[in-house]
Order: sequence, then C-alpha cells, then structure tokens
Amino acid sequence: MKYIDEYRDGRLAKDIARRIGAIADPTRSYQLMEFCGGHTHAISRYGLEDLLPTNVRMIHGPGCPVCVLPIGRIDAAIALAMRPEITLCTYGDLMRVPGSNGSSLLKAKAAGADIRMVYSTLDALRIAEAEPECEVVFFAIGFETTTPPTALALKAAIAKGLGNFSIFCNHVLTPAAIQNILESPDVRKLGAIKIDGFIGPAHVSTVIGTEPYEFFAEEFGKPVVVAGFEPLDVIQAILMLVRQVNDGRHEVENQYIRAVTAIGNEKAKAEVAEVFEPCESFEWRGLGEVPYGALRLRAQYAAYDAERRFSMVIPAAKDNPGCECGAILRGVKKPADCKLFGTVCTPDTPMGSCMVSSEGACAAYWTYGRFREKAPQVDAGRAVA
Amino acid sequence: MSVMIQAQRRKLDIANGRVDLSHGAGGRAMGQLIEGIFHKAFDNDWLRAGNDQSAFAVPGGRMVMTTDGYVVSPLFFPGGNIGTLAVYGTINDIAMAGAVPLYLSASFIIEEGFPLIDLGRIADSMGAASRDAGVPIITGDTKVVEREKADGVFISTAGVGLVPAGLDLRSNAARPGDAVFISGTIGDHGVAVMSKRKNLEFDTAIVSDSAALHGLVADVVAAGGSHIRLMRDPTRGGIAAVLNEIASQSNVGFHIEEEAIPLKPEVAAACELLGLDPLNIANEGKLVAVVAPEAADVVLAAMRAHPLGLEASLVGHAVADENCFVQMATSFGGRRIVDWLSGEQLPRIC
Repeated sequence: MKYIDEYRDGRLAKDIARRIGAIADPTRSYQLMEFCGGHTHAISRYGLEDLLPTNVRMIHGPGCPVCVLPIGRIDAAIALAMRPEITLCTYGDLMRVPGSNGSSLLKAKAAGADIRMVYSTLDALRIAEAEPECEVVFFAIGFETTTPPTALALKAAIAKGLGNFSIFCNHVLTPAAIQNILESPDVRKLGAIKIDGFIGPAHVSTVIGTEPYEFFAEEFGKPVVVAGFEPLDVIQAILMLVRQVNDGRHEVENQYIRAVTAIGNEKAKAEVAEVFEPCESFEWRGLGEVPYGALRLRAQYAAYDAERRFSMVIPAAKDNPGCECGAILRGVKKPADCKLFGTVCTPDTPMGSCMVSSEGACAAYWTYGRFREKAPQVDAGRAVA
Repeated sequence: MSVMIQAQRRKLDIANGRVDLSHGAGGRAMGQLIEGIFHKAFDNDWLRAGNDQSAFAVPGGRMVMTTDGYVVSPLFFPGGNIGTLAVYGTINDIAMAGAVPLYLSASFIIEEGFPLIDLGRIADSMGAASRDAGVPIITGDTKVVEREKADGVFISTAGVGLVPAGLDLRSNAARPGDAVFISGTIGDHGVAVMSKRKNLEFDTAIVSDSAALHGLVADVVAAGGSHIRLMRDPTRGGIAAVLNEIASQSNVGFHIEEEAIPLKPEVAAACELLGLDPLNIANEGKLVAVVAPEAADVVLAAMRAHPLGLEASLVGHAVADENCFVQMATSFGGRRIVDWLSGEQLPRIC
C-alpha cells in the first residue's frame, strides 16, 4: 500500500531500535506511557515491544473512549433504545460493550430495540432525514478527533430543520485525563509508578494542536511526544522520549509533523467551542471522576441533547470489585497481575474497561501478546467462565 | 422435487414476475417454478426422473457427507452470488477431507416477492457451477415464506463424496514440524462482499475468490498422499480461525510469517480503511494444508502447478506448544498472537 508500507518498514524499525538500545542508560529504566488505545493497538499488533531494550517499558494508558465509558452510560443508552419511538445510531464497537447484568446494545437489538450500526455521524443524519417518524439519537463518543464531526452533524441537522435528531454526548478530553493520571488521589493510594514520559495521540493533536500539553509538560516535568499511529511513528517517538529523559528535558515534541501543528485546526476548534462546553466532572471507567474530562452540549442546543430531551437518567453502576483496571490504566499493574485477566475476563466476556475494546490494554495483551505472559491457562481463545 | 406438470398453465413470467406464496404451496404454481427455473438450470437424469429422492450406486470405501446453509448479503457480489457460493462451499467442505465430491442437494427458502429473474440468475449460475465442477445437483426442495420472514433467498446445500483409499485427514493430525501452506491470497471474498454492502459501498477491483477446490485437492493428494495431515478451507473467521481450530484440536502451536502470507494490495488497503485484519476475513476459494515436512516441497510444487494455487505459499510451521498459540512474526520485526476473532467482524458473508 502506497504511503502506508513506508511506515511499517521492518529494516528502518530495526535501525531505530538499535539507536534506542545505544542511548538507553542500562543503569536506569524508562517507563513510557502511550496514552492512546490506538498506540496500544499498534504496539501490540506489530510486536513492537520485542524490538525494545528490556529497560524501556511501555505502559498502556486509558485512551480508548469505548473502554472508559462508564457502565451507567451504557445502561442509560440501552434503556433509551428500548423506548419504542427511539432509533439509536451507534458505532459498531459499542454494540458488545457490557452494561449491568450482562446487558449490551447487541442484546437490546435482539430484544427488539431499533439500534442501527453506522459508520459516521452523517449516516445517522441521513436516517433522521429519511425516516422522519423515528426519533434518531446518535451515540456520540470519542476524543477530540471525533468531536468536530459531531458538531457539524448537529449544525447540519439544525440547518435542515430536522426535529427528530439528537445526540447522546460522550465526548472525552485527552489532556485532562493525562493530568488526572499523574495527580489524582488514587495515584497515591495505588502506589503510583513513576512515568518518565508520554506519547500523545497525533489524531487528537491534528485538532487541538500540541499546545494543550505545554502546561502539563512544564507543570509535571514530563516530556510529551505527539506521535502518529504507524509502528515506525511509535518507535521513533520512543527514541525521542528516551533522548529527552537522558537530556533531562521535558518538552512537547511533535513526531507527526506531516499533519500536526502547534495550534491545531482553528476552524474545527471553533466549531467545537460553539456547540460544546466542558463538564465540571465526568466519570471515566477505570479512572473515576475526571475534572473537566468531557464535553457536553451548550444550553442553547438543549433540544438536541438526548440526555435533556428524553430526561435520561444515568444510573450508578459498579465494576467487578476484583477488576484491576484502575491500577492497570495507571501503569501500577500489568494485565496479567489481575486475577480476572484471561479467566472470567476475556475479549469475548469483558468484565473491566481494559478488556472492552480491542484498543484496551488488557484486550491488546490478550489478543496479541499473551504468549509473553504467564497467563492462566485457557483453551485457545475461549473463556473459561 | 417431484412434480406433476399439467398441460394447461399460464407461462412463468421470469422477466417481470415475483415469487408468491402459491409457489411454495405444493400446487401447480410450485411445479411450474421448479420446472421452469430449477430443473432447467440444473438439468440431469436424476431430476428428470421426477422422484422425491435420487438413487445412486455407492462405491466401496469411505464416504463423506456435509451440509451448509447460505445467507450471504448482498445476494450478488463481484465474482459470484449466493448460488455459486452454495455449490462451491459444499464441494469444498467435501474436498477438504481429500474426497472426490459426487452429488449435491439444494434446498431453497424464498421470501415472498422475490423477483423471478433474480432466482433464475441464481439457479442458472448454480447449474453452471455444478456442471463445471462435475458435481450434479440431484435433489432439492423449495419453500416460500411470507415477506420479511427471510431476506430474499436462503440456500442450503448438502453433498456426498468419496475418500480415496488410504487417505484419512483429521483436524487433530497436525504435528510439530509440519509445514503450513495457504493456496493463495487471503481476504478476497470478504472484501468483495463488503464492498457492495449497503452503507459501506466502495469501489474496488477485488472479486470474490469463490471457486471449487476439489481439482486442486486432487493434485495435492496425488503429490503428498498420506503425508497430507489435513486441509481446511478458511471461510468465516479467515485463516486465523482455521489455524486456531487446528492448533487446539491437534494440541500444537503454529509459528507463521506475516511476509509469507499472500495478500492483494487492494485487499490490504480495504482492510486498512475499515480497520479489519485480513487474517480474520473470509475466503471461498482457498485452502490451508498442513503437511508432514518430508512432503512439503512436492506439495508446494503441486499447488503452484494448479491454476487455483499459483500463489501458494509456505506460511509457517506447527510447533510444540501446550498453550496452542498461533504466533506470527510481523513484517515489522516483532511477534504477536493471531487470535480468533472476538464477536462478529462482518455479518453474513456466506
């Protein structure tokens, strides 16, 4: 594939890996967190860790919007979808996310709810236009990358005069979550591991730029490298972080110069700011309440806000008490340290947030890397429930 | 398919007509449909005899029997349709035992309102496929269900075949050291079907690889004989599912090389765009063969000498592994597990 294979070149990877090996100080360790699930997936899928020296360790962060969606919000979406007038439009990867008591959107669909899998916000808009008798709700989810399309869809719905289109908003924010990982009270309680640097997601920065990380890098003294999602991008970002750590620098560097700038996309940011505002607090599954960790629709768009329009109640729902996702997301524990991992919790039967989507830390470990771990013995790929 | 054809009847309007409930009611209309579409398309002595069943002589030795249902959506896709799939798929299931496929049955569940012209196209392509393969459809059944009780047409085919003397392929037969071959590029069928799916249409030159594999199998068996451990056609779940199944049934692991797996650039590009792994994507004209090391070279040569195996490749080996992991050396230089697919990647591709 033109312009893709170049970023997966094994010979170049070996060369960068050799350079990391040459500069990594053998007397210390480097604990680097890739915040985003897309990076976790790339690292696992290409076996990137096999190329790194043993003292350079990757910690898989919480950056998967599907994974961090609290159970209560899934429950609320299911309850909404079961209402006869509602057509819920959702991305496919939310369908299997377990709610309370073994429920899921997939099961609700089988029970008769009108749930449609869509590939973009525009598909949902088209359904609202074509089927005016349906109350079409778009299950909006994602980081800063997916927020502008939601804002544009909302404005398009208003322009078209669609009275039957609304948004269940679950858009979460990256910099707030990274900050939370370093400073939340849980970090002390869980015996925080030292994180020496972060890889930031390039797709988020195509929208917000690299500037939002400046304060954070300065305040916490942690280097950040904004990187693309191809495996060569990731391994180059690791080299850049190791260099910064060795030099005692804590700067925001941009590996993804082919698309990311310091200020990002001003037009997209303006669209988002017009439609959305930050919530004072939002629950992230596995992390708990994250101050200013998500967006909601501004008051003037209340008519298009499914939570207000349909008086949705977000129930409190607890994760399995044995689940170690909170500690895993902060790098304090590894997936195989959790007693649920690979026993009752597998990608087919996810219990905790890290197993829910293929981008979650546990799912990536299980799917691609479990031959490295002394995981509990199970029949190849099949859960022992 | 036994029917009494009456002398006086209105002609079946294939160009504009639709299947209605009377076509499944056992009366004259049903007879007309069967005669005018299926018998015409599948024409052979057994169907002409007009019995409720067909008799054939049983040769000595071991026989295999298989059955499969086809519910693909959309019904027509680049490189085939539900009918060709129903013929080739069942032939291939027989062939994977190393067997020579002999006869097929075909059962149709048709939704009220289904255009006769589409049914005719499907039946005609099944007839052509079965003639090309030399495996006649010798019995069948037709049912019509009310609108919205099916999705156009569902087809179920069964088949019987004869296993050559001395051959006994089993899915628990893989041993550490065995060579693993794939007969050609992976993922073509799944991507071709997906490219025509509603809401997902994209332009691609990819056509389904849907094909009958018994000719290729005959050449492989002739070359490798009892050194062939087993063969599988990687349909739903792709080669990832097949290798994991063999691994757990044979209690071995597999080490495969990403760079050795044949993959068309267009399929790779479509998978990239849709976030899919080609290893999980269905094939309808490929086989995976596990072969004892001493016959590896001759089997690969035999595969490559057959038109359906030109791009055959040695993709890896079976290894001793109590965890039954399928591991792949990535072209990037790392190693990863190739797992079963969790949940459903694509609905109804066969």
